[in-house]
Amino acid sequence: MFTSVDDVTARLAATGYLASPAVATAVFLADRLGKPLLVEGPAGVGKTELAKAVARVAEARLVRLQCYEGVDESRALYEWNHAKQLLRISAGRDESWDEARTDIFSEEFLLPRPLLTAIRGDEPTVLLIDETDKADIEVEGLLLEVLSDFQITVPELGTITATRRPFVVLTSNAGRELSEALRRRCLFLHIGFPEEELERRIVRQKVPELSEALTASVVRVVGALRAMDLRKVPSVAETVDWAHTLLALGADTLDEDVVRASLGVLLKHQDDILKAGAKLDLDAV
Amino acid sequence: MTASTDGMTVPADDVAARLTGFVAALRAHGLRVGTGETVDAAQAVAALGLADRDLLRAGLAATLLHTEGQRRVFDPVFDLYFPSRIGAPTVEAPADREDLRERLALALAADDAALLGRLAAEAVDGFGGYGSSPGSDGWSSYQALDRIRPQTLFARVRDDVRARSGGSGFADRLLDDEIRRRIETFRGQVATEARRRVAERRGRDEIARRAVAPSADRVDFLFAGRDRLAELRRSVQPLARKLATRLAARRRRAARGTIDLRRTLRGSLSTGGVPMRPVLRRRRPVRPELVLLCDVSGSVSGFSDFTMLLVQALHEQFSKVRVFAFVNRVDEVTGLLVRGAADPEGLSARIRAEATLTGWHGSSDYGVALGEFAERYEAAVGPRTTVFVLGDGRTNMSDPNLAAVRRIGERARRLYWLNPEPRAQWGTGDSAAAAYAELVEMHECRNVRQLEALVGRLLPV
Ligand SMILES: Nc1ncnc2c1ncn2[C@@H]1O[C@H](COP(=O)(O)OP(=O)(O)OP(=O)(O)O)[C@@H](O)[C@H]1O
Ligand SMILES: [Mg+2]
Repeated sequence: MFTSVDDVTARLAATGYLASPAVATAVFLADRLGKPLLVEGPAGVGKTELAKAVARVAEARLVRLQCYEGVDESRALYEWNHAKQLLRISAGRDESWDEARTDIFSEEFLLPRPLLTAIRGDEPTVLLIDETDKADIEVEGLLLEVLSDFQITVPELGTITATRRPFVVLTSNAGRELSEALRRRCLFLHIGFPEEELERRIVRQKVPELSEALTASVVRVVGALRAMDLRKVPSVAETVDWAHTLLALGADTLDEDVVRASLGVLLKHQDDILKAGAKLDLDAV
Repeated sequence: MTASTDGMTVPADDVAARLTGFVAALRAHGLRVGTGETVDAAQAVAALGLADRDLLRAGLAATLLHTEGQRRVFDPVFDLYFPSRIGAPTVEAPADREDLRERLALALAADDAALLGRLAAEAVDGFGGYGSSPGSDGWSSYQALDRIRPQTLFARVRDDVRARSGGSGFADRLLDDEIRRRIETFRGQVATEARRRVAERRGRDEIARRAVAPSADRVDFLFAGRDRLAELRRSVQPLARKLATRLAARRRRAARGTIDLRRTLRGSLSTGGVPMRPVLRRRRPVRPELVLLCDVSGSVSGFSDFTMLLVQALHEQFSKVRVFAFVNRVDEVTGLLVRGAADPEGLSARIRAEATLTGWHGSSDYGVALGEFAERYEAAVGPRTTVFVLGDGRTNMSDPNLAAVRRIGERARRLYWLNPEPRAQWGTGDSAAAAYAELVEMHECRNVRQLEALVGRLLPV
């Protein structure tokens, strides 16, 4: 899919995703070695967005399994359409059970869920298993099986094997420690907060109307907030939101009034706002 | 876009051997690197080439690591095995201290990481060398930094930046911290460079074994110094949160329980009597009770302190937590722990000051302490209580009082013993651990990693 790491960087950038060298390298290797990519990192650093960007670059369809507490096989793999099966049984009153059974356990009555969807079909596919840490540990066993052989067995139908392996991205916020077995299946990528220069470029790209000087100040202030001991430090998403806010406020430089008025965009907890205000010498936040 | 590369200096035919040595060094520091990962890493090297050191680092990390915590071992070992250059830096004239400080100030003002890296190399080369006879000589980052004193450039750098930008308003108030961070980065670069120079002289493998500190969760409780213990204490809250999620998951699973036949059949009326959706009986959650019985004598106090703090942080998971400390007498310290949650550093001092833990001598006596517990606090232990004993079982040759342990075990729902000594030492010298282990399920618990696994598994839900 990619010829080099620089190729990854350039093509992701063309779709709007600005990758650090580490991110581009991991994507390049995941493609080369044909292994799933496990992406960990704090909220809002572009984990989900990365998978979407890879799909755009590859002109692939994006299949997304959103994990949550309680997600199970019938949500992740497939489910039989019980209602439709019952209808079918009551419609064919005079046929034998054997006939009915072969019929109701056929493709027509199968509801494919993301994992099955992703390994069926011939078109290029990016499978995004989002927020894997939110799923119960049992689901990991399921993922492990699917990600090992890229095949799924439906007892009534037989084994379905991928004709074309999807590019797999798993994301996690480290809410729960994923099992070692699953980690070993994957290449590992930690995305932290970007370096100043990269974050400036991200903001420039999302909010080009903001002046270069103000963009630089925005990124410096966010960097300072991240170095503070806060309950929740601002992420890239918040940096971009703040840039939008400043633009809307018509600010052309940062000053105390502007920062005080808009700090709530960056920090979500009242005590964080107070603490940061004190450290930034904002009187009376 | 990768600015700070000086080009790789590894001859190609050397790569396989270098990679093997690298992986061996990672393993020696406790990273579990399998053959599969090593093969992946070799493929990564082949696909990425050696021209760009930053990409190589990223590629090896992607293939060999599984958690971000392993990074702290990985990076210094990588710097030794894939150094950015070989030998001394090439400079025209021998370094002059004032000249080097001058150039350093400019680089700090410009925030030029690549230039700072080269200056770090000059600093070590010019001011970090000591000794002259082979065997006693070497390179010291401490000495280099002591002579260069980058921190004293602070005011000078700030004036430079201000003069250059003409004072750019609000963000200027961040400048002090930014400059401090740059100086910190430079100090780190000097340390890395000094390690590299030492490695060149003494052999990389030996340095890799000695010079990289193991990650905090693998440090032996019994040998952790003050810094490390402080670091461990800071990790209590995140660890507790992680364990709480794990316990919650176990509890949910336990609660799922058995099929409720009556409700399943009632539900099946809508599907013509075919029971399509089993209804599960919910177990009524009764939170269990926990008792901790901790040896807090000098030899094992680092371990006990950490475990007590961890359990205190988890107290919401239980209907009741009581903590008892002993040396050769037992006293309840639950209250001290609850009140002192805000000051974990002071915990052991408070326990020693406020609880009665010793009688007429100061050394551990498990027999007497366990006996006193079984008698005085009999009511603390009941059929809903899980009891953990923490300690090395070194009872200074006095009677281990196995009867008392048996008595506690009979009253409790479960009784476990966590021992911070390696299993091989149980029962050696004055340790009664082997005898206790015949009565109690005893687990080796030498570091945070083992503790985390045990607590996640053994704590009742
Ligand atoms: N490197 C980047 N290039 C372009 N946009 C980015 C980058 N990093 C983050 N963003 C933007 O930041 C926002 C948050 O990203 P995203 O939702 O992918 O975060 P996440 O890491 O998945 O967070 P969460 O853990 O909360 O799901 C998105 O709007 C995304 O466009
Ligand atoms: Mg996301």
